[in-house]
Amino acid sequence: MKPTDTSNPDYFHKVVDCQRGCPAHTDVPAYIRMIAQGQFSDAYMENRKSNVFPGILGRVCDRPCEPACRRGRVEEKPVAICRLKRVAADHRDDITARLPKAPDQSNGKKVALIGAGCASLTVANDLAPLGYEVTIFEALQTTGGLMRTNIPQFRLPPKVLDEEIGYILDMNVDLKLNHSIDSLKGLLDENFDAVFVGTGAPHGKNLEIPGRYDSENIHIGIDWLESVAFEHVKSIGKQVLIIGVGNTAMDCCRTSLRLGAEDVKVMARKPRGYFKASEWELQDAEEENVEILINHSPKEFLIEDGKLVGMKFELMEYNIDENGRIDRGTVSGEKIIPCDDVVLAIGQDNAFPWIERDIGIEFNEWDCPIVDETTMMCGREGVFFGGDSAFGPKNIIWAVEHGHQAAISMHRYCQGESISDRLPDGLNLASQKMGMHEWSFSNDYDDASRRLMPHVDLKERFKQIDIEVELGFTAEQAVQEVERCLNCDIQTVFTADLCIECDACMDICPVNCLTITENGEEDELRTRLRAPAENLEQDLYVSADLPQTGRVMVKDEDLCVHCSLCAERCPTGAWDMQKSTILIPYAKDELSDEQVPLVAGSSA
Amino acid sequence: MSFIAKPKVSHPGMPKNKLGLTSRDYEGTVSTLCAGCGHDSVTAAIIQAVFELGIEPHMLAKMSGIGCSSKTPAYFVSQSHGFNSVHGRMPSVTTGANAANSELTYIGVSGDGDSLSIGVGQFVHAIRRNLNMCYVIENNGVYGLTKGQFSASADIGSKPKKGEPNQQEPIDPVSTALSLGATYIARSFSGDKEQLVPLLKGALMHRGFALVDIVSPCVTFNDHEGSTKSYAHTRQFYHHVIDIDYVPPAEEIKAAYGEGEAMPIEMHDGSTIVLRKVDKDYDLTSRASAFKYLREHFNAGEITTGLLYLDESRAEMHELMGNIDTPLSHLPLDGLHPGSEELKKLQNRYR
Ligand SMILES: Cc1cc2nc3c(=O)[nH]c(=O)nc-3n(C[C@H](O)[C@H](O)[C@H](O)COP(=O)(O)OP(=O)(O)OC[C@H]3O[C@@H](n4cnc5c(N)ncnc54)[C@H](O)[C@@H]3O)c2cc1C
Ligand SMILES: Cc1ncc(C[n+]2csc(CCOP(=O)(O)OP(=O)(O)O)c2C)c(N)n1
Ligand code: SF4
Ligand code: SF4
Ligand code: SF4
Ligand SMILES: [Mg+2]
Repeated sequence: MKPTDTSNPDYFHKVVDCQRGCPAHTDVPAYIRMIAQGQFSDAYMENRKSNVFPGILGRVCDRPCEPACRRGRVEEKPVAICRLKRVAADHRDDITARLPKAPDQSNGKKVALIGAGCASLTVANDLAPLGYEVTIFEALQTTGGLMRTNIPQFRLPPKVLDEEIGYILDMNVDLKLNHSIDSLKGLLDENFDAVFVGTGAPHGKNLEIPGRYDSENIHIGIDWLESVAFEHVKSIGKQVLIIGVGNTAMDCCRTSLRLGAEDVKVMARKPRGYFKASEWELQDAEEENVEILINHSPKEFLIEDGKLVGMKFELMEYNIDENGRIDRGTVSGEKIIPCDDVVLAIGQDNAFPWIERDIGIEFNEWDCPIVDETTMMCGREGVFFGGDSAFGPKNIIWAVEHGHQAAISMHRYCQGESISDRLPDGLNLASQKMGMHEWSFSNDYDDASRRLMPHVDLKERFKQIDIEVELGFTAEQAVQEVERCLNCDIQTVFTADLCIECDACMDICPVNCLTITENGEEDELRTRLRAPAENLEQDLYVSADLPQTGRVMVKDEDLCVHCSLCAERCPTGAWDMQKSTILIPYAKDELSDEQVPLVAGSSA
Repeated sequence: MSFIAKPKVSHPGMPKNKLGLTSRDYEGTVSTLCAGCGHDSVTAAIIQAVFELGIEPHMLAKMSGIGCSSKTPAYFVSQSHGFNSVHGRMPSVTTGANAANSELTYIGVSGDGDSLSIGVGQFVHAIRRNLNMCYVIENNGVYGLTKGQFSASADIGSKPKKGEPNQQEPIDPVSTALSLGATYIARSFSGDKEQLVPLLKGALMHRGFALVDIVSPCVTFNDHEGSTKSYAHTRQFYHHVIDIDYVPPAEEIKAAYGEGEAMPIEMHDGSTIVLRKVDKDYDLTSRASAFKYLREHFNAGEITTGLLYLDESRAEMHELMGNIDTPLSHLPLDGLHPGSEELKKLQNRYR
């Protein structure tokens, strides 16, 4: 193999699994260390830089960082990254003075954002401080999109939404509520310099089986949740069936329990392991005694005297092959389950009846606009998409990332620059050595297991619909959980010229990830390392030829716990521990120093 | 040394030995030696060897004297027996321990100062007795612990960090052991575990006195230019003669060897040592030719390594003395203690 090029920011970025796994690339280990030092406001601002809504995401993020977390590979459970984000938000001081501000003077460019969900709000967050005149058009009477209308209040209190959305709106954003855009063409005729479509994927999928339209007690999940949020719906029957087993289904079943349901069943077509819902959402629902029935495929709504009395299901059997792939299944019988209400939670569709088909925007076979994945622009110049509207339903953190990228593109577009010519990621490295055996970070491996989130008592929580179930980590829990972080951003950096091949680093490494051996092709080299290197997603770090024998130092990045012992035991400093900071560009980084606009109260 | 202990966390894919233990289970406390010391690497090789042999930790006894090298038994197999003796006195303490209990596997770890300077008298007599033990010398040419004075293994002309080059003849433990009739004699290098680990395994399983002399650089006081015991010098003049593979009893010889390259030798416990001849002319069963070879290559400035002499036929101490196999601690009191009547009879014989 060729010596690893560590000057490419991508290499060390990949080692920081959580940050890499986060669509918005939040610098997780950096903020966890800030929490460890009690710097909650700093940790909050570090989060806000990339994910914009730390208080919201600290409660309800889909947390793709956690399955990516290295800790989950060396032991059972990853670091509770998401919960620690909430710790930063819960304990921050007033940070309003540290927020970006709209400058005194506009830069003369106007942008229109359609929808006041997290995608549009992120665009506003990034562009308002640069002097753009930002107008948000929102069909509803309130902001937040699905975060407010669909994520139940017992998971995400409105106060948290108001606060973090407020930070953005306070940057002179012109918010037009109750203002549905019914024609994109019409909007384009107004004199905006760029338009962003952040309207989400607003249609809940229907289930066209017999009886579907014969009762009022059959609801579409996301519409029903919205009606609950707006208090149009305040009760539900005693026996409720939820069709589907994704995250929407989990919110529907738990909401039903708070509206008077006593027996709630979630009906899954497939067996466990093939559910769409996140593991923790399933757990939270099951903790509330929701029953999940597997292998039930809906066949018919049963109506008696115009009243819904039950549903008929086909009982399914599946074959699963050795790769875990499941077939389409065969029907082995039928079953009737009585109920008073049914909530359909089987997915969402995009719908754009308000976008004319003759204005240069192409649509694919599912009637979704064709959008460039890097620039977020569609076929019509100056029109950008992001969030669920771009590529179908995802989650908040993806919507935020789309917003950041769209903001960069919109800025470049408005400035007459090429939108594909974007700033690359950058990399900073700094040694963390403080003394012979002292490092600037807590390098010792703490074998504590993952802390459990305390919940409001099971009886207590159903008394009102807006009692937040999760209480947040206690101070003691936070102190223990931060120590579980392996500081993956503190990189082992090797200097081949210094190595005398004494083996000290290899011998001390607790996870045997270092080997000095003859070079070879990657596949073959992987078989000659001191411990199995079977995780092909994790790179091998290969040195230049070593001075004494011409062999190479090979590090399998997979399980390194960043304990620094290799660097401590190295007599020559050939290994060093260096903090890598991956510099992710945002719209503001596109400005040269002279272009940074003036803000009242700050000096130039 | 390091301030933090080596974390208990380990690679989930670690191989297990016949006892179901991983090599991590054979570790000791964290080393307090200088970072980069060859001795730490030897410790790692011993851990690997004992792990691969599947020795039960409580059936191992670690013996040592004084020196950086002699400290190292603390750094492997925490759950075994150990005795850290006076400087240079490890061989006699091991003799006593072995006399009392021959069931344990004895590994002595010593230094060139401990064995060839102050302890040379003890060293040679342990060999003469053919004491059943694995005797490791971590040879760095200096007294590391007392800040790098030349030891008895320093080569003529080798430069110290400060002061004048050495002018006295070195004692070569390998030639010494050859002349005294040791039955397993090997030399290796701390920086070559591929060669060292099998040599240690063979030495641990050999019945009789097994010497493993290991060039183990003192990174702090003897790793500079001009030193003949530095990493760089050793690598430059390192010369393999016979490498071995150790094959445990009842296991097939799986490795592939070239024509006429490999020769299996059966050991007392039924295991096999497969000699991989690097130099086809070398005869490791002849003391005379081994001696000649060693001398010639020493004169040429080379460091001859590998398994250099092997004799599986000679009796070890207990056999020579006709002792019983049972450890004294397992004998009933009347077996150990003949009683006053027997004592009287014995004394009467000399009246
Ligand atoms: C029940 C449920 C639970 C969820 N739970 C989570 C969770 O726990 N964690 C997570 O990360 N994600 C979750 N999601 C997904 C997440 O809410 C969405 O991915 C995210 O809100 C998408 O943001 P957005 O800005 O693209 O669109 P939305 O949040 O959908 O916002 C779009 C906004 O545009 C407005 N709008 C639409 N059309 C027009 C128009 N023509 N004119 C003007 N305004 C318009 C809408 O009223 C809405 O306010 C959940 C989704 C659902 C349905
Ligand atoms: C009876 C006695 N004499 C002298 C000493 C001082 N002393 C301690 S260690 C040592 C030399 C050790 O050298 P070596 O065995 O080569 O070990 P190394 O430190 O080089 O590994 C000496 C002379 C002592 N501890 N006891
Ligand atoms: S920091 Fe060094 S010693 Fe620690 S796990 Fe990583 S490679 Fe091994
Ligand atoms: S400890 Fe340092 S000098 Fe020794 S092998 Fe490792 S990197 Fe090389
Ligand atoms: S002084 Fe020399 S022999 Fe002793 S620990 Fe340091 S390097 Fe090793
Ligand atoms: Mg010495």
